[in-house]
Amino acid sequence: MTRRRPPVLLGLLAAVGAVLFIAPLVGLLARTPWSDLGGVLGREIVADALGLSLLISLGATLLSLLFGLPLAWILARVEFRGRTLLRGLVLLPLVLPPVVGGAALLFTFGRRGLVGQPLEELTGLVLPFSVWGAILAAAFVAMPFLVITVEGALRNLDQRFEGAAAALGANRWTVLRRVTLPMIAPSLVSGLLLTWARALGEFGATITFAGNLPGRTQTLPLAVFVAMEGDRDAAVAMSLLLVFVSLAVLISLRRSWWRAR
Amino acid sequence: MRRVVLVLMVALLTGACGGGARQELLVSAAASLTDAFTAVEAEYEAGHPDVDIVLNLGGSSALREQILSGAPVAVFASANQENIAEVVAAGLVAGPVVDFASNQLTIAVPAGNPGDIIGIGDLARDDLLIGLCAPVVPCGVYADEALAIAGVAAAPDTLEPDVRALLTKISAGELDAGIVYATDIATADGAVESVDIASEPAVAVTYSIAPIVGDENQADAADFIDFVLGPDGRRILGDLGFAAP
Repeated sequence: MTRRRPPVLLGLLAAVGAVLFIAPLVGLLARTPWSDLGGVLGREIVADALGLSLLISLGATLLSLLFGLPLAWILARVEFRGRTLLRGLVLLPLVLPPVVGGAALLFTFGRRGLVGQPLEELTGLVLPFSVWGAILAAAFVAMPFLVITVEGALRNLDQRFEGAAAALGANRWTVLRRVTLPMIAPSLVSGLLLTWARALGEFGATITFAGNLPGRTQTLPLAVFVAMEGDRDAAVAMSLLLVFVSLAVLISLRRSWWRAR
Repeated sequence: MRRVVLVLMVALLTGACGGGARQELLVSAAASLTDAFTAVEAEYEAGHPDVDIVLNLGGSSALREQILSGAPVAVFASANQENIAEVVAAGLVAGPVVDFASNQLTIAVPAGNPGDIIGIGDLARDDLLIGLCAPVVPCGVYADEALAIAGVAAAPDTLEPDVRALLTKISAGELDAGIVYATDIATADGAVESVDIASEPAVAVTYSIAPIVGDENQADAADFIDFVLGPDGRRILGDLGFAAP
């Protein structure tokens, strides 16, 4: 097979496009306090934010798995009126500005919100300005990534395997556990990774709904936002951390090591 | 299809050129000046049809960082003197720095005061949801001063990036109390009430304004600052509760 050179104009435009993504990274690297990076990353504000970010993003990923997987299954397998609309609503946070999502969460789950007010009266639980609120905000923006990935996998799945298992006497739970889930496992893993990465980077909905308090709701992105005005070195170091984690996730998705097995 | 694209391009071009007839002047102003400078903008533009004031509102420290990073700002109006001092130190101020207004701090509570706040001491209560401005923005610095004067260790549940973000959450009833500027209370249209901090001495809040280097419209910048400092600016600011410096 002979390799054809791409048209010059196409290559040039593509190069400009690539520079648009690469230049800001170089700018960040150029501004990084390399000599003292360890010291900066060890500061209390960074350590607190990192711990909280892990807790909140993993919590949001768990919530997404618990509720998103069944949602994806229903959307892929059950015919009902309004399914297209429901899918649109579930995927809305993919394109909605997160701050709008945060405001909507506040109107709904806030202390004077539709759900929040009865929730507080019944259980005493107040979501805004709490770590639970931050998890909810992160799950709101991140869960669609799980739903869209898993639903796609379920639709592309050859249902004859499930049919064969059922014909051989497996009940519906056994089919789900032993046939369906193993077959969509690669997509489920990518979906979970994407969901986690999105939750880790969540900012707008969190600061709007859960506020910003070091040690309680101030995740890495919020800490970067605040540190930009006070402690620039810490802001850059934390940004670098987020870039590397996100890049690692995306590269691992691309290599699809679990698919090779 | 091609015709549609052509029409769109012409519309874009004429739109861009049409705006060019008026001289744009970018004014970065503290979040607490939102209403005051919106009114100033309207009156100034009415008297200067050739100038288009563009307001860039936000926390003074964020505005400072934008200027230090080279934003093409013509005028900077800060809610404290320290932020402008840093811009002066960086050699980016093109003229005199002038104090143009003063303000006071107060405790904002949602209408009806559901948390029964009676003074600054209540900000230490754990059973309430308390908000403050982040300590990087002036309202956060001032609030910390007021708390220190009163000897109160506040128990905040959130540190908001600017005073209007804080006020929004108090007026929505999601926070029980927070320290804001006295002039912010009236802007919430009755959704918040004010409770006096009532500790002496009161924290002095002083607003400073200065022209910024790097904008070629230095004459327009100076003229706008004169307007803010002059009788019209003083009247607008006074009507909204800002005292003379």
